[in-house]
Amino acid sequence: MFSINSILFITIFSLSCILFYRNIKKIIRNINLGKKIGDVKNKPKRWKQVFLIAFGQKKMFKKPLVAFLHLFVYVGFVIINIEVIEIILDGIFNTHRILFSDKWAFLYRTMINIFEIFALLVLFSVVVFLVRRNIIKVSRFLSSEMKGWPTLDGNLILIFEIFLMSAFLMMNACDLVLQESNLSYKYPKTGNFIVSSLLTPFLSHNLSTNTIFVLERFFWWFHIIGILGFLNYLVISKHLHIIFAFPNTYYSNLNPKGQFSNMSSVTNEVKMMLDPNNDPFAQNQDQGPPERFGVKDVNDLSKVQILGAYSCTECGRCTSECPANQTGKKLSPRKIMMDIRDRAEEVGKNIDKKGKDFDDNKSLLNDYISPEELWACTSCNACVEACPLNIDPLSVIIDMRRYLVMEQSAAPAELNNVFTNIENNGAPWQFSASDRLNWKYDE
Amino acid sequence: MNIEVNTMAEMKSRNETPDILFWVGSAGSFDDRAKKITRSFVKILNHAKINFAVLGVEESASGDVAKRAGNEFLFQMQALMNIEVLNGYEVKKIVTTCPHDYNTLKNEYKSLGGIYDVYHHTEYIYKLYNEKKIELTPNLNNISITYHDPCYLGRGNGIFDAPRELLKLIGVKLAEMKRSRKTSFCCGAGGAQMFKEPEKGNQDININRTTEAIKTKASKIATSCSFCNTMLSDGVKNLAEGTMDVMDICELIVLSKNL
Repeated sequence: MFSINSILFITIFSLSCILFYRNIKKIIRNINLGKKIGDVKNKPKRWKQVFLIAFGQKKMFKKPLVAFLHLFVYVGFVIINIEVIEIILDGIFNTHRILFSDKWAFLYRTMINIFEIFALLVLFSVVVFLVRRNIIKVSRFLSSEMKGWPTLDGNLILIFEIFLMSAFLMMNACDLVLQESNLSYKYPKTGNFIVSSLLTPFLSHNLSTNTIFVLERFFWWFHIIGILGFLNYLVISKHLHIIFAFPNTYYSNLNPKGQFSNMSSVTNEVKMMLDPNNDPFAQNQDQGPPERFGVKDVNDLSKVQILGAYSCTECGRCTSECPANQTGKKLSPRKIMMDIRDRAEEVGKNIDKKGKDFDDNKSLLNDYISPEELWACTSCNACVEACPLNIDPLSVIIDMRRYLVMEQSAAPAELNNVFTNIENNGAPWQFSASDRLNWKYDE
Repeated sequence: MNIEVNTMAEMKSRNETPDILFWVGSAGSFDDRAKKITRSFVKILNHAKINFAVLGVEESASGDVAKRAGNEFLFQMQALMNIEVLNGYEVKKIVTTCPHDYNTLKNEYKSLGGIYDVYHHTEYIYKLYNEKKIELTPNLNNISITYHDPCYLGRGNGIFDAPRELLKLIGVKLAEMKRSRKTSFCCGAGGAQMFKEPEKGNQDININRTTEAIKTKASKIATSCSFCNTMLSDGVKNLAEGTMDVMDICELIVLSKNL
């Protein structure tokens, strides 16, 4: 039963899987550079989010047209992967259409027909997406952070899908021709497939049976090697969202969006300051070095924030809703997330090449994200609301402001005045606290 | 005309306990435009005969601005001091006209020991209406108004309907902007922007938003946040002075009831 084909297939298949496993392990290592998150509470609600937002794509439907096209690609991808199971089995055992049996011919045909209809829908959607990106030039795909690789990446994914879907349909079309040829003893009679049968006249009129035989094998190998290649392409691509969308929605924030985290490390210090019985010289004997306040580099972020960066598919809905970005400021929430992934990759590569303790004297702040971007944010949560995967760029912006203010005292001068006023007068303005009730006197 | 208001300290000295504390906020106490909103809301509270009090000089900045600006130290100092005062008076219920203080008091004081039932004034007035403690009649039926959702009330805390219901109850024609509710566009003041010059860009955020409001052809912009009010009033002054005005929902209610 096994043959040279089987051995070749098993080798290619296992090498691809091993390569993917090694690379995804590195990504998970990079995510784990972040700080631990506390107890994950409210699990039923989290699963509900995964179901609605990742599986159900609820937030995509704010833009219904694109949402349907995206849904075709997504469902098509999931469903056609069932076909991949048969391809893998055929590859291992050197069989042809192992799942087919005369008894269940109708069922098999129905299954393949559904795959073919979705393949067609995927092709259609992907072409529309290419047109949107390259001909209509939808503005959110053209921001400055999209120059170079991100734009190429976006197009490559779509072209990949065109090749994969075409290979699948062509493979079936060749198969149908061969079922009627003098080689038909090798090809079980499946009955007609609705989409690929449209291609058969072209093949049978122009090409010899032998050529079609070779073509069928070519498309079969092209399809499966393409899928394995695509799998390994994911790790360097924004397309990784097809995996990380699920954990990201699971771990995403459940609190009201307006609520920001309270830093417990600060609470301890403030409580000590406010406690009249506190002896400032009595503590901190053996507590280790004090924790850094706020975020300067990726390892100051939480794991969920880095996970968010790897989940981001750079659609730019956040940036296109950001009031700062829309009025020409440098801030782009999408760029914040892209910067985090780039920096995490850089730190990861340093660890691989130069060891765990290597310091490249670079950081997320300044080398990737400038204070000007951070100070342009109005904390309005439009980006968080817009993200179809519940990524939270705002939490990163605030955490980086915390580093600027509490570790570097580098707030804009006007804000330093505000801090002084709050400290001295209990209000952001320079009014005396004793005048707080004066509003009741004047009209 | 002075407005009738008790402080917590005065009530305590008389051995009285108010049903609810009105948190005025720094803007509501000191900013001239916001003070008018404070007075309007107190008129409504008095009209509905609500047993309320304010902290007066014992109130201090909630810390919202400090927190959004990244100064977590200052925020927690303010929070812990305010919580000590609030818990000292055994405050259970709070109403405020400021969405920022609403968010901070309701969500961010919790884990620091300040657990209160907090209402935004639009939410609270709507509750009073439903409990038949205040009557609202459609007296303003000849004006068209567009409503601007404050970020910390709408997206931040999911309150979109109470303000709109109130506007409908006083009879105004609601002309929605294209970006409203969850996709509302910020006025430009949040995240401590109110207190600093904006970063370099090609437009101010409040101008962008006011342009959108003008497009609705409404005669007024209603909002429910004094920061939004300042930003949009400034926008109107720049773009269409005299043609439109910006009012808080509680001011519109005062207008409709002629209080």
